[in-house]
Amino acid sequence: MINFLAIIVPVLIVILLARPTGLYVAKAFKYERTGLDKVFGPVERLIYKAGGIRQDNQNWKQYAGSLVLTNAVMIGLVYLIFRIQAYLPLNPSHVANMEPTLAFNTAISFMANTNLQHYSGESGLSYLSQMIAIVFMMFTAPATSLAIAIAFIRGLTGRPLGNFFVDLIRSITRILLPIAFVAAFVFIAVGVPQTLEPSVVAKTVEGAEQIIARGPVGSFLSIKELGNNGGGFFGVNSAHPFENPDNISNMLQMILMMLVTTALPFTYGKMAGNAKQGRILFVSMLMMFIVTLGISLTSEYAGNPVLNALGIDHHQGSMEGKEVRFGVAQSSLYSVVTTASETGAVNTMHDTLTPIGGLITIGNMMLNTVFGGIGAGFMNVLMYAIIGVFLSGLMVGRTPEFLGKKIEGKEMKLIAVTMLIQPLLILAPTAIALAVYPETISNPGFHGLTQALYEFTSSAANNGSGFEGLGDNTTFWNISTGIVMYLGRFFSMVTLLAVAGSLLAKKTVPETTGTFRTDTGLFGAVFLGSVIIVGALTFFPAVVLGPIAEYLTLKP
Amino acid sequence: MRMLATIIRTSLVLMLVCGLLYNLAVTGIAQAMMPHQASGSLIKGDDGEIIGSELIGQNFKDLNDFQGRVSSIDYNAEGSGTPNYAPSNEDMIKRTAEAVEQWKKDNPDVPVSELPIDLITNSGSGLDPNISPKAASTQIPRISKLTGIPAQELQALVEDNTKPRELGFLGEPVVNVLQLNLALHERIAK
Repeated sequence: MINFLAIIVPVLIVILLARPTGLYVAKAFKYERTGLDKVFGPVERLIYKAGGIRQDNQNWKQYAGSLVLTNAVMIGLVYLIFRIQAYLPLNPSHVANMEPTLAFNTAISFMANTNLQHYSGESGLSYLSQMIAIVFMMFTAPATSLAIAIAFIRGLTGRPLGNFFVDLIRSITRILLPIAFVAAFVFIAVGVPQTLEPSVVAKTVEGAEQIIARGPVGSFLSIKELGNNGGGFFGVNSAHPFENPDNISNMLQMILMMLVTTALPFTYGKMAGNAKQGRILFVSMLMMFIVTLGISLTSEYAGNPVLNALGIDHHQGSMEGKEVRFGVAQSSLYSVVTTASETGAVNTMHDTLTPIGGLITIGNMMLNTVFGGIGAGFMNVLMYAIIGVFLSGLMVGRTPEFLGKKIEGKEMKLIAVTMLIQPLLILAPTAIALAVYPETISNPGFHGLTQALYEFTSSAANNGSGFEGLGDNTTFWNISTGIVMYLGRFFSMVTLLAVAGSLLAKKTVPETTGTFRTDTGLFGAVFLGSVIIVGALTFFPAVVLGPIAEYLTLKP
Repeated sequence: MRMLATIIRTSLVLMLVCGLLYNLAVTGIAQAMMPHQASGSLIKGDDGEIIGSELIGQNFKDLNDFQGRVSSIDYNAEGSGTPNYAPSNEDMIKRTAEAVEQWKKDNPDVPVSELPIDLITNSGSGLDPNISPKAASTQIPRISKLTGIPAQELQALVEDNTKPRELGFLGEPVVNVLQLNLALHERIAK
């Protein structure tokens, strides 16, 4: 029997928090003086001064340039830390320096808000690296994409884009840092460790020796979820009892993953002065979310037909790779939340999901518009909204308009390239991996294809979860996914900001009765249609060969 | 050039604030206010020696004890992990079928239809400290026979160590295998 209340309550909390959070975010990025300046102003001024930040407006090229360059410098710094961590302090477990291709992959992974991990935290990183490399990027990566999403919205709504450094700092001081700080203590209260002491050695009831890894996990965990980062302190991520001890921590993690990304449609509505349009986008995404959740729950509860045929008591559903405290309901919900929000944290092993449950997680990442990651996801959503407007314009033979600006050849070319890069980044390297490196794939048959497909989908969508049976710490996987993550992240940021810059330079056209309104249910339907048609046409063949074929072989 | 200086300085400042100060502040406060949780919810024996953690499962091979979930890493908490078997993986199907045969041998009085799936599947972490209440009570006939403790008494032990759903509706009710076995050993010692 599905425990519906435990599903409905977290979803309801997310829905109720979305609007107030969205309005708060809009306020936090206002350049005019607000009440928030009193609270955060002094700290921010200190950081501006120490960083040498001038707070002048930038054009789209300066904004995108500062962003790409800042992130590149951070990747360099963190790469360096990984390579010399053995010589640095706070390394009680004597972790060795990271190998170059793995350090390359990991530094990009965390800067790209992906958090694909080809290492295991317990043995691969010192406490110092976890703090000044990983947690550092877990703040700056989402702050980067939140900043650019706000700049993108400013451009679309006819305002100057702002200053990248100011937006970066404000994302951290006004949104990420205060919320992460408070949430960390809730996690610690229910049992998440927060210590710099080394692993503890226990003498078990059976008299054996049990070494228990621990560390400063609480502060790591809160920003991991809030920033849609998703990289685990421990190898198995939030399935580890120390990284997710009970259902209080589990629910809070899901709420944090959804908090900012569900809020952005309302931020957009506020900044565009059209709350209704923001609401339409929110509801459209929520509908996709609920449909995918329903399918996932049904499949996981039905379980694995082959195991069920053994005659055991299988009313719990598919429990391989799941934790008893979460059961099927909270595991399935978490898997949908983490892929919808492009976080990539897992509380169940996605490799072990039933074929259709796995299909939902991969599908969410392919669409990348069911809310999506902090900032980057919403930019993608607005891109599809513009595609929807463009298609509608073609159908009635009018020049399409979005927020009073004509959408013309230049914008559509940029958007078309952005749209095409994603399948290219996923399908081409998947084909190479299957042809050249089949020995890295752990599960036989159709599922093996899904493993490779999942890895690149997760990299391109900057999600970071994996079908972890994959033997992915090899030069091929480290370099290939490193490049895919980098392009998946920064290519679309630059092209979409260019779209905003181009629209900003145009004159606003007055609205007439012939204008296709972008704040109606019809627009919501056009938006959903664009997402599903583009997504299905692109990925259907690959999905049929992977999870759907596996589903058919298991069917009794 | 000026911009590069800004970028490097800003990156270092953020590394200091978000990487170091934030983590150390949380660690300091947590250690002062919640030392038990912050150190890993450790369980100590009467002699003060650490037996384990409330949150981390342990191996129980002895048939006199309640057994926990399958762990491919043998509950070695220095790491964590599962074999990541796909539902169609032959090795997983074989392992599960063998577990069912083993169950029949160890528990001749309990039919396989009373064997809950969580007892014969690998947990996500390999460190799952819990089993479902059904998975605990289904082991009672075996343990009662081997230890001579009446079944009702064992059922009471299981119920004492069952943790209900959080806030009454979240997640699933669970039995902590380590704590249940500690209670069982205490009862045997009496």
